[in-house]
Order: sequence, then structure tokens, then C-alpha cells
Amino acid sequence: MTVELGNTGTRLHQSRIRLRYNWWVGKSMGRFYREIKEKRKIWGNKCPVCGLVYVPPKENCPRCFEEMNEFVELGDRGRLLTYTVVRYSVPLIQPQTPPYVMGIIKLDGADTGLTHLVGEADLEDIEVGMRLEAVFRENPQGNLLDIKYFKPI
Amino acid sequence: MEKVAIIGVGQTRYERNNPCSHDEMAFEVTNKALEDAGLTIADIDNSVTCTNDFWDGRTISCMTITDATGSSRVPTTNVEGDGTYGVLMGMTRILSGLHDITLVVAQSKGSIGEPNLITNAIFDPVYDRILGLDAVNSAALQAKRYMTKYGITEGQCARVSVKNHKNAKKNPYAQLPLDITVEDVLSSRPLADPIKLLDASPVSDGACAVILARESDAKRICRKPVWIKGVGHCSDMYHLGDRDLSDVSVLQTAVKKAYDMAGIKDPKREIHVAEVYEAFSYMELMWMEGLGFCERGRAGKLMDSGFTQMEGPLPVNPSGGVLSAHPVLAAGLARIVEGVLQVRGEAEDRQVQGASVALAHGIEGACGQGHCVYVLER
Repeated sequence: MTVELGNTGTRLHQSRIRLRYNWWVGKSMGRFYREIKEKRKIWGNKCPVCGLVYVPPKENCPRCFEEMNEFVELGDRGRLLTYTVVRYSVPLIQPQTPPYVMGIIKLDGADTGLTHLVGEADLEDIEVGMRLEAVFRENPQGNLLDIKYFKPI
Repeated sequence: MEKVAIIGVGQTRYERNNPCSHDEMAFEVTNKALEDAGLTIADIDNSVTCTNDFWDGRTISCMTITDATGSSRVPTTNVEGDGTYGVLMGMTRILSGLHDITLVVAQSKGSIGEPNLITNAIFDPVYDRILGLDAVNSAALQAKRYMTKYGITEGQCARVSVKNHKNAKKNPYAQLPLDITVEDVLSSRPLADPIKLLDASPVSDGACAVILARESDAKRICRKPVWIKGVGHCSDMYHLGDRDLSDVSVLQTAVKKAYDMAGIKDPKREIHVAEVYEAFSYMELMWMEGLGFCERGRAGKLMDSGFTQMEGPLPVNPSGGVLSAHPVLAAGLARIVEGVLQVRGEAEDRQVQGASVALAHGIEGACGQGHCVYVLER
């Protein structure tokens, strides 16, 4: 619909785009979500050329451009590489009410960071390098929040 | 390799809620560039437009902007990305020998949509979009990593904001000319730690256009052609966790190509003015390191020294930079436009005296995943 702003004669047309998608997750993410859902285990995969372990797993190594078919079980503990406290609110996209903490966690056994949430932590106590452990969701649904968050240990 | 020059430039005034349509904005800036070049639309052989479907709310957006850019009767193609990449495409079209005088237009209206939702869609829907990642909080992850690794302080980042908003006071096109202090920045509303409101660029509407020509055409048409002496671009990996977010080696790779092409051996001395894409204050510090203006981890000290202030040896962002106006896609092209004005001596109150070699820089993707750099010379 078109609205006029004041008496300016300037008109604004308001509408929205409604779009649904069904994304195929691919082999690697499929395996990742299945292992979390069925066994509460976090899996990555390993490049046959450079030997780096990626989590979440992906189809090919971005460094070597090699297909990665070797899947590796990782622990659910790791180290916080970086984080931020999100303080502004965008309810449509945010998993928690701000302030909430997002971070990148290097799991033991992995060479890359997993972007996720930090929970059960006082904001003042969070620091780069702290050790964290995954907390899994009770009713997994096949997405990244089947890990609820990582908590300090 | 044949030389390519920029022979005409135009930009709109940058503001939020500009009550014009996409077509009006693109028409205005195309005409400004033509007028600056002393050409008419009939002289344009082909065009490159830079548009983004999510920002425009129109898909195959390249085809929506043809009328307003005079592209409905010429070969036109599109770069879904920053204007610096549009110029790269335009330059290669001329160098291929298939095309001649080339118009490049980049535009977006950040005020018409929902920027946080749009930038959330940068991230993978199957993986981490669900975390509420967007341009601001992903930048915060990078800022924290960079600052932790090298001991860069929030005060040093704040100095960038103070400098650029003050520089914007001399730029009639800038959206946010401001007299602020470091204290003002540090006490501004926290968005995502460590980024505060005054560390972040605004939501903007705007467009830029440039006209490119091969050497023979440029010398025939233009009194003050500005030569693209060097260009380079390079990209990093997509997922944030796969990268070391403090690492600027991708920018180093890109700028090395540009410096080698231009014969620049000592950028700190040979570059007279730089316009870089600092969507957030910490980014200007990181890009100083990637561009070779200082060693890795030393940009905070460089900032403290005043080296990049207007009175310093290498002014950075005399226009006010992206912190003062952030029309997505146009912002990188604006850096090129500002670089051109500087080396022509036409930058008016923001002119760096005697500048004849400018560096212009643009980025693409979250946390500067890709970089595109130009060395521009009289």
C-alpha cells in the first residue's frame, strides 16, 4: 500500500516479500546434524591433503579444493577464540533476547572454529581463551541449536 | 597492458531516507558522471551496474536498473557486489578490446528494507544464520579477535571515528559530519561488544557512477584523466570459523598486485592519500596493516601518531569514509570517486594538497572476506 508522508506529496509504497525455502543441507551437514540428533556427538571432517579438521564438516576443503570424505568425531569441549555480547534486539533473527553472547569456539581436535552461543555465564566472567563445553538441546530438531550453547567449565 | 582511465565521476549526497526512487537516484548519478566527462549517453558503449537483490527488494536487479542508467540500448552487465568490483569488470571489458567507453553505476537504498535481516542472510541458512549473525555482530567477533591478538584498544578505534566524522564536515556529500570526541565514542550506545554506535557506519541511501576509457579515448576526451595504475583483488574463505579474523593476508595479496602494477615500492611514502572501506572503526586499523602502511598489529600506534590525520603525511579517508556514509555497493565506488577528485585537485575543502597518487579500497562479504584495491594517478 502507498502512503503519503505528511502533505509533502512524497509517497512511500509499503509491502513485503514472502518467501519460503527448503534448502538441501548436503552430505556433510546432514551427517553433522544426524550425529548430534541421534548420538549427541559433534563430528567434523578432514582434508586428505592439508590434514586440517573442519567443523562443521563441509563438502570440500576451501584451502586445497579436495573433497573431504573422512569424518572425524570430536569432543564437545573447546576454547573460546573470540566473542561478542549482542545488545541490540532483532527478534525475527535472534535466538535469545539480548544481551546474548555469540562466540567462535575451537573444539578439541578441530582446526577451525565453530560459531555458536555462550550460555550459563556471567558477562563479566567471559574471556577469550576460556574453556567451554557443549550443552545439547532436549528435543533436537536438526539445526545448529541442537547444541543449545556452550557453557564454561 | 593498455592504460585505462577514469574520465568522469558522479555521486549523490548520502543520507538516510532519501525520498527518491532507485531510478531517480541512478538517473541523477549517471547524468552527473556524463556531465563531468563532457559526454552524452550516446557516447557510452556499454555499462556495468552494481546492484543487490536483497537490498533492492527486486531480483535479477541488474535488469531493473537498465532504463535509469541508459543501459536499455547498450550492452550491459552486472556485478552483484561492491562498486570497486564493478570498475574491475568495466576495466577488463575495455582491456579485452571488445568494448570502449564504459559506464559503471553502483547504488542501494539501505533505508527501504531491514538491514539486519538482509545482512543476516549473508550467513548460511543451514548452518549459522540461526544464531542471529548479521553485519554488526560478525564485525564485533572480528574486532574482538583483532584487538585481543594485538592489544589494540577501544580508544584507538574511537580515534578513527573521531577523525572520519570530523573530515566529513568538509565533504558536502557526507551523511554524518560530526564534532565528536573519543569519550563520545566510548560512551555511545553499545551494539555488540566492543562495537558501539559511533564505531559503526550508518544506514544510507546513495549512488555513484564513473566512466572509464582506454588511453586513446581518454586523451582525446578528457582534460584530466585519472589512470588506473594498479588494481588487485583477492578473497578469503566464507565461514567465519574457517578464517583467522585478525588476518589481513588476503588484503596484502590484493594490494601487492596493485602496488606491483603501479611500481609502488614504499606505499607509506608513495601513496599521498587513501580512501578505504571502514564499515566499522576497527576496520580502518586492520586495513592500514593490510595495505602496508604499518606492520601487523601496529595500526593502533599509527593512529595514535597522527600519521593518517588530514595534517599527517598520509591522510586516510579525507571524505569521512564509510563511517560517515555507507550506501552498500556504492561505498567502494565512492572511495574511487574520492580518490579521483583528490588526484585531479578537485576535492575542494577536503583536498590533500599536492596529492597525485591515491589508493582506493573496497570490500565484499562479511568481515572483509574480499578486498579490491586501486592505485590511481594523474
